[in-house]
Order: sequence, then structure tokens, then C-alpha cells
Amino acid sequence: MIAIAEFLLPLNPGLWLIIGAFVAILLPQSLSRWFAIIFPILLIPFLLSLNFGNHGTVSFLNYQLETFRLDALSRIFGLIFLIASALGNLYAVGDVVDKLQRCAALTYAGGALAAVFAGDMITLFIFFEIAAVASVFLIWARRTQKAFSAGMRYLIVQIGAGVILLTGLLVHFSATGSIDFNKIGLHAPGGILIILAFGIKAAFPLFHNWLQDAYPEATISGTVILSGFTTKLAIYALARSYPGTDLLIWIGAIMTAFPIFYAVIENDLRRVLAYSLNNQLGFMVVGIGIGTEMALNGTISHAFCHILYKALLFMSMGAVLLRTGTCNGSDLGGLFKTMPWSTSFCIIGAASISGFPLFSGFISKSMILTAVSAEGYWGVWLVLLFASAGVFHHSGIKIPYFAFFAHDSGLRPKEAPWTMLLAMFIAAVLCVGIGVYPAPLYAMLPYVVEYQPYTAYHVINQLQLLMFSALAFTVLMLTKIYPPELHSTNLDTDWFYRRGIKSLIVWGAQNTIAFNKFCYGIASKSVSELIDNVKQLSAEPGILSRTPALGSSVAWISALLLIILLLILY
Amino acid sequence: MNLIVPHLPVLQVAIPLIAAPICVLFTFGGHRKLAWLFTLSISWICLLIAGALLSRVVLETDISYAIGSWPPPFGIEYRVDPINAFVLLIISGVSAIALPFARLSVEKEIESDRHVLFYTCYLLCLTGLLGVTITGDAFNIFVFLEISSLSTYVLIATGVRQDRRALTAAYNYLILGTIGATFFVIGIGLLYMVTGTLNIADLAERLKPLSDNRVVHAGFAFIIIGTCLKLALFPMHAWLPNAYTYAPSLVTVFLAATSTKVSVYVLLRFLFTVFGPTYDFVNLTFEFVLLPLAIVAMFAGSVTAIFQTNVKRLFAYSSVAQLGYMMLGVSLCNIPGLMATILHIFNHALMKGALFMALGCVVYRLGAISLGSMKGLGRRMPWTMGALTLAGLSLIGVPGTVGFISKWHLILGTLESGYWPIAILIVGSSLLAVIYIWNIVEVAYLEKETSREQTLKEVPMTMLAPLWVLVILNFYFGIDTDLTTRVARNVAATFLGGG
Repeated sequence: MIAIAEFLLPLNPGLWLIIGAFVAILLPQSLSRWFAIIFPILLIPFLLSLNFGNHGTVSFLNYQLETFRLDALSRIFGLIFLIASALGNLYAVGDVVDKLQRCAALTYAGGALAAVFAGDMITLFIFFEIAAVASVFLIWARRTQKAFSAGMRYLIVQIGAGVILLTGLLVHFSATGSIDFNKIGLHAPGGILIILAFGIKAAFPLFHNWLQDAYPEATISGTVILSGFTTKLAIYALARSYPGTDLLIWIGAIMTAFPIFYAVIENDLRRVLAYSLNNQLGFMVVGIGIGTEMALNGTISHAFCHILYKALLFMSMGAVLLRTGTCNGSDLGGLFKTMPWSTSFCIIGAASISGFPLFSGFISKSMILTAVSAEGYWGVWLVLLFASAGVFHHSGIKIPYFAFFAHDSGLRPKEAPWTMLLAMFIAAVLCVGIGVYPAPLYAMLPYVVEYQPYTAYHVINQLQLLMFSALAFTVLMLTKIYPPELHSTNLDTDWFYRRGIKSLIVWGAQNTIAFNKFCYGIASKSVSELIDNVKQLSAEPGILSRTPALGSSVAWISALLLIILLLILY
Repeated sequence: MNLIVPHLPVLQVAIPLIAAPICVLFTFGGHRKLAWLFTLSISWICLLIAGALLSRVVLETDISYAIGSWPPPFGIEYRVDPINAFVLLIISGVSAIALPFARLSVEKEIESDRHVLFYTCYLLCLTGLLGVTITGDAFNIFVFLEISSLSTYVLIATGVRQDRRALTAAYNYLILGTIGATFFVIGIGLLYMVTGTLNIADLAERLKPLSDNRVVHAGFAFIIIGTCLKLALFPMHAWLPNAYTYAPSLVTVFLAATSTKVSVYVLLRFLFTVFGPTYDFVNLTFEFVLLPLAIVAMFAGSVTAIFQTNVKRLFAYSSVAQLGYMMLGVSLCNIPGLMATILHIFNHALMKGALFMALGCVVYRLGAISLGSMKGLGRRMPWTMGALTLAGLSLIGVPGTVGFISKWHLILGTLESGYWPIAILIVGSSLLAVIYIWNIVEVAYLEKETSREQTLKEVPMTMLAPLWVLVILNFYFGIDTDLTTRVARNVAATFLGGG
């Protein structure tokens, strides 16, 4: 027995999940469904029982790979990944999934988990890529043409980032001789390439489009599962390797602010959530950029809470999509009458993401904000404040309001299946539980927490912000300026004023979109021209694939001989 | 035992050489079917000998064997060191794995009255390749090169039953191959003129004071061009795509996995043992001829492969690209670069062997090999197409496969020389490989099968087993790299240190 235990202990929990994925394929459908839920849960006590340190060493290419490095940072990410995997699979029971999708979900979670425990960059890269490849099947599983092409674009971006990561680590390795995955920093050799790769995976501004493009195209449970891992893995990697990099503060600040505009004009509610995902990642990136102990604690706890409430929100929207077949804000409304449970869970998720006191977002986001102000970045602090208001605006109010309340769409769908409700219930309980009693979460963070979330200052400050944001939404709704509800316009004295602002917003948005399209158009046109030219050259009758006459081959041979002779002799 | 062991080097070549004429005798008395079994057993004996030789040179020291007991600079010497023992193992190993697969494939693709002669030529080809590798004598290299080339022309031409274009392919290869061999022997002649010796070790010694000699320079140029033609370096690759495409499956597997690799070995031998990077003109050639051509080959080969509709031809062009990687490693002229080349000789044999063998299985069932005819084949022939896909991953260089190991060292080599843009090019050309592998995967797995494909069955076990052995080796040596990297490092250090 001891020998077996010694053999199994070094096995990274991520590898266990990947093995589990194959077991899930072999088991009959009814068993494999529950296996996929219970297996990650069983790994949680296993993970918590281990001591810190490096548990697995494998030699590969003459390097010692550390396949299982357990420390406070990797443990907390590992824990939340396991919880997210179990919840996602529980939710997936309601959205009838085939075995392939279940296998992909487990492999994806396993890849992400194993990457978190990687102590060196080669292991990190390998599992990063396994996660990327597995995750695309969650998108393709929807089996529509749109999903297929979105998945293809997603895959290209993910593999591209992987290639950049590999190049970066090779540059790093050849200059320093070390493959350890620890703090790298921008100035280390290959540092820029590596941060670029992580940045693409974390959906930095301008690299973010894959997220909004692909996530809403995945299957109902696929989106829930996708929302948990890839970007958070990138956040983990950044927190590990680039803490205290100033550049990240500014990138993060932009990241929190710009998706808000898109989220406001977007109609597909799952896409709204994808934009707000981006905005939440911005907070974490700022925290990493600040890099103080408190900021990192804030980032990590925010990632932890974020995975839960974002999954909860995607779950509730998924339930709506399952029951009504649409997720467009303009087609929904009034669903609270027949889906009361989903409505309440959605509101809990919305309250958490908005950072209401007593909900999980509050105890983590405010820690980042406090860390930012402690370092004196007041400009950034204001941006984050604005972004918090924006989050409340589009995720906290818009999502539940348009889906479940607003004008009655006349839809009377059934309540979501009980497994989905159970998954949402557990996520909701965790959100509230962490919000009310954050001490266990704080205790797991890498640094000692001296932060008190529930002080009068924090609570009042946050409530003020939320109230004003709610007020703004109410005013906008009542005056019907709010973009998606453009059915009627009252011609009144304030017409010029409203028209001006509205057209400014619309004009700004349209131009941004037009500019994007313009750039994309140029790029895609020149790429397709290039492909055409290459094709002419190398497809069947082209010069590269023609079998040349013997004479021309001989001419080449003599030419090369001449070149070498000339080169050597003169 | 003591009687045989000292003579292993010569037995390595003599056994298949003597076996070839014996094989012809199977024509008589209705024993035609035995020809295959005979060839198979000879191959396995060769593999055993190669394994024994490799373990001896790795664990003990290099072996020098004087043919007919004439001492080296005067008589012909067979010299076994880690690099050629490694190549010997590749040649005989591929042959030993490919022959079990060959029986059904050859029965299907070649007229039955030619089987005996086919296997005879195959044995001769094996002899030639083993001889080129093991001999320590420059002129002897030429002799064995001709033995292997002449038999190769015949082997390619036997593909005529499937497609008559095999004849022109063989003819073109004959012309170009002969030019290559002639250039090579001219080069040897020029070197002989100034040094008066043909023994490689002796040649290296005597060339040292002659580094400014014009005749030596010309000899060098002829030898390089001759071998580069034989190894199909772009743009001298014109013979390769057709030869690979129209040859019978067994021949394609064997040639793709061994023949160009042997030429790479000969090139390495001359560049590093005979001349060495200490000579200025060798470095010039590396920098201004081989390096640019290697990079062009990487891209031209891959891009052309993307647009091919004949899958065998597709992988033939991919071989052109892969030879570009090997030449790139050579021309970097540093330890990781050379290691990459040596590793890739082995790794590429594994992946292309598996790929062409899988295609052989497809031909066995389908008769044709165009992309359009492979629709939905993933469902009809899951084991064959699964193997094709996995070997394709290895070709791309996915971590965990041998392809990754070669590319890893190659990129390290470029970085060590400070050529980081080339490192990016390597990665870029790997992405091209993703495209052409994807073309096949898409057709085989995602497209609807037509009525024709619905009747297909998986190929028999005797064809699948060797195929999967190769596929598993692709992954085994991608994870346990101890043996291969140790040999490669050892050899690279000898080449650069002793140069």
C-alpha cells in the first residue's frame, strides 16, 4: 500500500482529472455524469491534506521538471478550479451533454489545474496547451457553423499565444539556463514575449476579442465552464511571474473601463457577461501591477470570488437560454414569474459582482481598491471606482433586469432543471458565505491579511457608489435613453440634449466598431491576397508543385555549384 | 560467439549482400512466398547486429575493422562510431518494422511474378544504405551509394502497376541521382589527387595543411552539391515528390525514413570529420549557402504541401521541409543545432515512417490517396486514421512527441547563434504543418462519407501492428529522451570538438 501511495502522491491533481476524463468516457452515460461531479470533489481533501513543497519530479530533455509544486498561491487556485469543475459538471447534467463534451470539460479543467501546479515553464506550457485544445471542444460541441468558426478563431488565438509562450521560454532559457517558473519581470530575457502570451490569454485590451467572440458561442454548460479557467490561469501566471510590474497597472485600468461601453450597448446577455468578465480581470491585473502584499491578496481572493459569481451569472443566463432559446435582452423580460429560483440566484450573483456588502465581491474588490489608494495611484483609483459603478450598472442591474423583469415579454418558461438549480444554489451559498464570513478565504491567501472589509468607511463608500449607479440606471431607463430600449422617443424640450448625448454614445460606439472593421478588413484583405498569391505559386499547376523539367533541375545544380565555387575561391 | 563478435561490422553489410542473390533462387521450385519471409529474417538479423554495434560503441570505444586484414590507410576500413552506429540502427530498425507490414501491401501493389525480384532489390537497397553508413572509406561510400541508388530506381519503377507515372519518376530520379553521384565521385577524385588517400580518417589528417589548396576547395564544392542533391535540399529536390508519390507503399516508407537520412549522414561526415568547421570555406558555405537554402526549404516545402491534393505527395513535400530543418541544424554549427539534426534524423524516420505506413494502409483499402477520396475515413478506418493523426501531431512538433524534441534543440541552436528571427521562422513553419495536417483531419473526420467509403473496413492486424509500433515509438522517444539525446550530444561534441 505504501509503495502505491508513494507512486500516486506525486501525481498532480490536474493529471488525476485528465485521467478521470478518460474514465468518464469509458463509464456508461448515467455513471459518468455523476463521476464527473464527484471526482473533482474527492480531489479537494486530497489537495488540502498535502504539505507545501514540490511533490513530483520528472526528468525530460535532461531537465528536472517540477510537476507538482504546492504553495499557498497554487493551492488556492487549485482549490477554486476543483470547485468550479465540480459545479460546472453538476450544472452540465441539466444541459444534456454527450460524453465528448464531458471528457473535454474534465481535460480542460485538468490541464488548467496541472498548469497551476507546474513548477517549471515547460510543464506550464504543456498543460496550458492541453487546456487550450480541450476547451475548444466545449465551443464546437454546440455543433453550429457559427460555433465552429468561432471555435476555430479561438483555437488559433490560443495556440498562437502558446507559441509565443514557448518562444519566450526558449529565449529565457537560452539566456539564463533556467526553466523555473518564478518571478520573471519585464526586463528578463524573453520577459516581454512571456507577458504577451499571458496577456493574450488574460484578454488584455486589444487582445480581448477572442473572449467575447467565443464564449457566448459555446454550449450552455460550456460557457459556464469556459468562464472559469483560461483567463484565471493567465491571472495566476501573471501573479506568479510579474508581480509589481507597473505596466500592468495601466493595462488593468484600461481593461476595467473600456468593456463597460460595449457591455451597455450589447444585447446578447451572455456577451454582456463576457465583457464584464473582461472588466473584472482588469481589477486583478491592476492588483498584480501594484504588487504589494495586500494587492496580491486582493487579486487572488478576487479571482476566487470571481470564478464563483461569474459562473453563477453564466449559469442563470444559461438557464434562460435553455428554457427560452434566446439570450437577447430585447426579447426577454418578465421571466421572474415562472423562474423565481433562477431569478434569485441571478440577483445574488449580480450583487456579488457589484460588490454589495455581505456578498463575495465586496470583500475582495475593496481590498484591491484599498491597495491602490495605499500606493497613491489616485487616477487609477478613480478609474476603478468608475468601473465598479459600471459593473453594477451592466452586470448588477442590466442582466437581471432585462432577463427577469423589464417589460413583460409574455414568455412563461419552466423553471430550470433541478441539477442546474442545485449548482446555482451551491454557487450562491458560497458567494454569500464568503461575503459574510471571509476569514477562511483570507486564511488561505499567501500573505497575512490585515485588512478589515467591514469598516464604516468601506461599507458607506461602496453603498454610495452603488446607489448613485442605480440612480443613474433608473434615470436613464425612465427617460428611455438606455440604448437597447429604443422603441420610442419622446420629442420634448430635452430632445436636443438627449439626442446629443445619445448620438455621441452611438456615434462613438459605431465609430469604434467601424474602425475595428476597417482594420480587420485591411488585414484580412491583404492576408487573403497573400494566400491567393501563394496558392497560385504552389497549388497543382504552380511553379512549386510542378515537376520541373530535368534541364531546369540540372541548371539549379550547376548554379549552386558555381555559387559555392565562387564563394570559396574568391 | 567470440568467432562472430569481432566480425560484426562486416557481417552487417555482407549478410544482406549475400542474401540478395540467394533471394533470387526463390523464383524456382514454387517458393516465391518465402522471399518475403527470407527478407524479413535478414532484416531482423541486421537489426540485431546494429543493436550490438551501437551498444558496443556507446559503452566501450569506436570499432575499426580492416577488410581482408589490410591495415587501414591501404585497405578498406569499416569504422563504427556512435553516429553511424545510430544511423545503422535507424536503417535496420525501420526495415525490420516495415517488412511485417509489407507482405499484404506488396501483394496488393505489385504483380506476383515480380515479388521475388522486388525483395531482391530491396535487400540490395538495404545493403547499399548500410554500407554507405558503416564504411570508413570515401570511395567505398560512392560504391554503396550506387548500389542503393540503382536498386532504388528499380524499386520506384515497380510502382507502375498502381500508376504508370512511376516510370518517369524513376527515370527522373535516375538522371538526377546519377548526376549527384557523379559530382560526389568527382569530388572524391579531386581530394584523392592532392592527398593520395581514400580513407576518411587519413583524409582528414592529410587535408589539414592543404586548407588553401584550390583543388581541395573544388573537391569540397562537388561533394557538397552531390550529397545535397541526394538528400533533396531545395531547390534540388525535384526528384523527390514524384519518387515518393508513385513508389509502392513499402518503398516510400523505407526511402522516406532512411535514404535521405543516410545522405544527411554522409554530408555530416564530410563537413565535420573530413573538413571541419575550422576551415574558412566550410563556414562560408554554412552561412551563405546552406543556411538560406534550409530556410527557404522549410517554407517552400510546407507551403507547397498545404495545397496538394494527393496525400502521399503532400507528405513528400513535407519531407522537403523537414530536410530543411535538418540542414538548418547543420548550418548553425553549434552543439544544440547539430544535436537537433542528429535527433531529427531519428525522429523524422519515426514520424515519416508512421505517416507513409498509414497511407499504405489507406492505399491497401482504397487504392487511391487523394484528399477527396478520404472523406469520413476516420469513422471507417479508426485505427489507421488515428495513427495518421498522432504521427501528424509528431510532425507538427506537439510536446510529448519526438517532433517537439528536435524542434526544441533546433530553436535552442538558433538562439545560441543569436539568430532569433530564424527561431520565429521555425515556429512559423511549424504552424504551416498544422495547416496541412488539419486538411487531412478535417476531411477524414468532419466530412460526410460517400457511399464508396461506407463499405470500407479497417486493414488487417498485420498492417496495423507495425504502424502502431512506430506511432508508440513517436511518443516513447518524445518522453524518454535519454538514449537519443545522449547519442546526439556525444556525437555533436565529437564533431565540433574533433573537427
